[in-house]
Amino acid sequence: MSQPSVTLQLLQERFASVIREVHSLHGDDTVVVEPGANLEVLQFCRDEPRLAYNVLVDLTCVDYLDYPDREGQPRFEVVYHLYSLEHNHRVRIKCPVAAEDPTVATVVELWPIADWLEREAWDMFGVNFAGHPDMRRILMYEEFEGHPLRKDYSISRRQPLVGPKN
Amino acid sequence: MAEEPQTEEHVDSLASRVVGEGEEGELQFRDMFLNMGPAHPAMHGIVRILVRLDGETVLGADVEIGYLHRAFEKSCEVGGYNQAIPYTDRLNYVSPIINNVGYAMAVEKLFGITTPERCQYILTLMSEISRITDHLTCIGASAMELGAFTVFLYMIEAREFLYDLVEEVTGARLTVSYGRIGGVKADLPDGFEQECREAIERVRKIIGECHGLLTKNRIFIDRMRDVGVISPERALAYAFTGPMLRSTGVNYDVRKAQPYLVYDRMDFIVPLGTNGDNYDRYLVRMEEIEQSCRIIEQCLEQIPPGPIFADLTGEPIETERMLELAKHKESFKDLYEVKVDIAPTLQGSERIFHDVVATDDRRAFLPPKEEVYENIESLMNHFKLVMFGHGIEPPKGEAYQAVEGANGELGFYVVSDGSGQPYRVRCRGPCFNFLAALHEMLIGDMVADVVPTFGSVNMIGGELDR
Repeated sequence: MSQPSVTLQLLQERFASVIREVHSLHGDDTVVVEPGANLEVLQFCRDEPRLAYNVLVDLTCVDYLDYPDREGQPRFEVVYHLYSLEHNHRVRIKCPVAAEDPTVATVVELWPIADWLEREAWDMFGVNFAGHPDMRRILMYEEFEGHPLRKDYSISRRQPLVGPKN
Repeated sequence: MAEEPQTEEHVDSLASRVVGEGEEGELQFRDMFLNMGPAHPAMHGIVRILVRLDGETVLGADVEIGYLHRAFEKSCEVGGYNQAIPYTDRLNYVSPIINNVGYAMAVEKLFGITTPERCQYILTLMSEISRITDHLTCIGASAMELGAFTVFLYMIEAREFLYDLVEEVTGARLTVSYGRIGGVKADLPDGFEQECREAIERVRKIIGECHGLLTKNRIFIDRMRDVGVISPERALAYAFTGPMLRSTGVNYDVRKAQPYLVYDRMDFIVPLGTNGDNYDRYLVRMEEIEQSCRIIEQCLEQIPPGPIFADLTGEPIETERMLELAKHKESFKDLYEVKVDIAPTLQGSERIFHDVVATDDRRAFLPPKEEVYENIESLMNHFKLVMFGHGIEPPKGEAYQAVEGANGELGFYVVSDGSGQPYRVRCRGPCFNFLAALHEMLIGDMVADVVPTFGSVNMIGGELDR
């Protein structure tokens, strides 16, 4: 195995208590943090000069409901992909979210693009982002029921189209 | 294009908008709301922009997307890995091959497959052709919206030369489905190099003419310069990529920063703007077309040959020598096989082409059709890859692969649970970020500037709404 990257070393030093797992599968540095620790880890990633992850490339969610060998683990994972323009490196931060209370802290304060990305994650998965300023559906229409990318939302389920109001 | 306000309260407010009386008798003005879209003639794409106006000045804008949502990510989860390829065509339908490449490379990353060199050159070359078609469409359409109809026709003509090439290689103009996990569908057709060079020459000529029509055109400059400005800081805060980011002067191009395929062997420059306005975006795109042409030419120079009648030195192989070589299996590997004339299958995907256009990893790529007909192992292999409940099965894990799409970083995040269906496919399209920041670019400009700014953003509905 090669040496862990600067990112993983630094994060493990700094956040040893809240990091569940790190790996570099296929060359993608990945950090799994404890639920509720996403904001401080992300803030550190952005502000620490040796990391300088200034771009939130992507924010998405994965529903692990049907994933094999994952009993007892939280159902959702919110996945952040960060990129540092200065150091030209990437990291993936994953934050597990329990099904009973699917809430994580918003990162809109750190990156404005998180506004829309979190709206999409909520729209598609029903994961709440505590502190988000303007939580509305973004891809689906307001009257839509449920969250279509959840694994228990059947792909064949149909909902009536809602016509214009006036 | 103003849509009438919808409630009675709004009608009242409209009547009192221009002049009203406040408590102390002073004149009062109200903002006006203008609804552009979802089906606005100047909006190529279905999106709704609700702008708040003071006279003709934009005070605020609310962008509403989702009109073209087709559940791309959900649909990917119910089919096999290769069955998602046609869906990726429909993400950015102006440069579909780049989407094929991005998705296929993400899955290849899960497997740990590398594709043959010739395949990588083909994909690089085709990606650049796609990039040119995308930029031509963007510039042509936004010029037309400013009244430069000639430019639109010229550019669409140039695009057609390239689509002819694409059609010859892939069999389709737009929905190409050319990429495969672990390779491409078929090799380049005969005589492609010559045709490609001619097409590039014609495109260059047309681009020169368009430069003459637009770049120093007073009307065009007045409409574009200092309009739709965004600062580098805000652009990065919204995770802009591609020409939109580079027009602000930030040097980030996935092809340079994290080279994939054979981009590290290509000599090209990344054009940068300074102001981050519509005019700089136009200039960056025009220059990128030229750089893409250069990359295509270098690909044509460097691409390793496909199957030919000759050996490595270019000499035709005598039968006796072939027999001699066959005794030493090692050296036989380096030889090119003889081309067959009768194609029992799709041209360019015969057995002899397989080594150069596809991985030899049989977990991912279908065996040549001739072998499927001829021996039981390949037949089983074929069925294992196409049958329901089997298919291409990457090991458990996750991978994110970014490629430089025509609009910016196109990323695919694929999670595999080890079965034949992707557990999760996430597409990170570049347009989403532009639309999220569109209101910042519009505020302070005139209502007539909405259209060129929106044009220069180059929103592609398929990629935006997925």
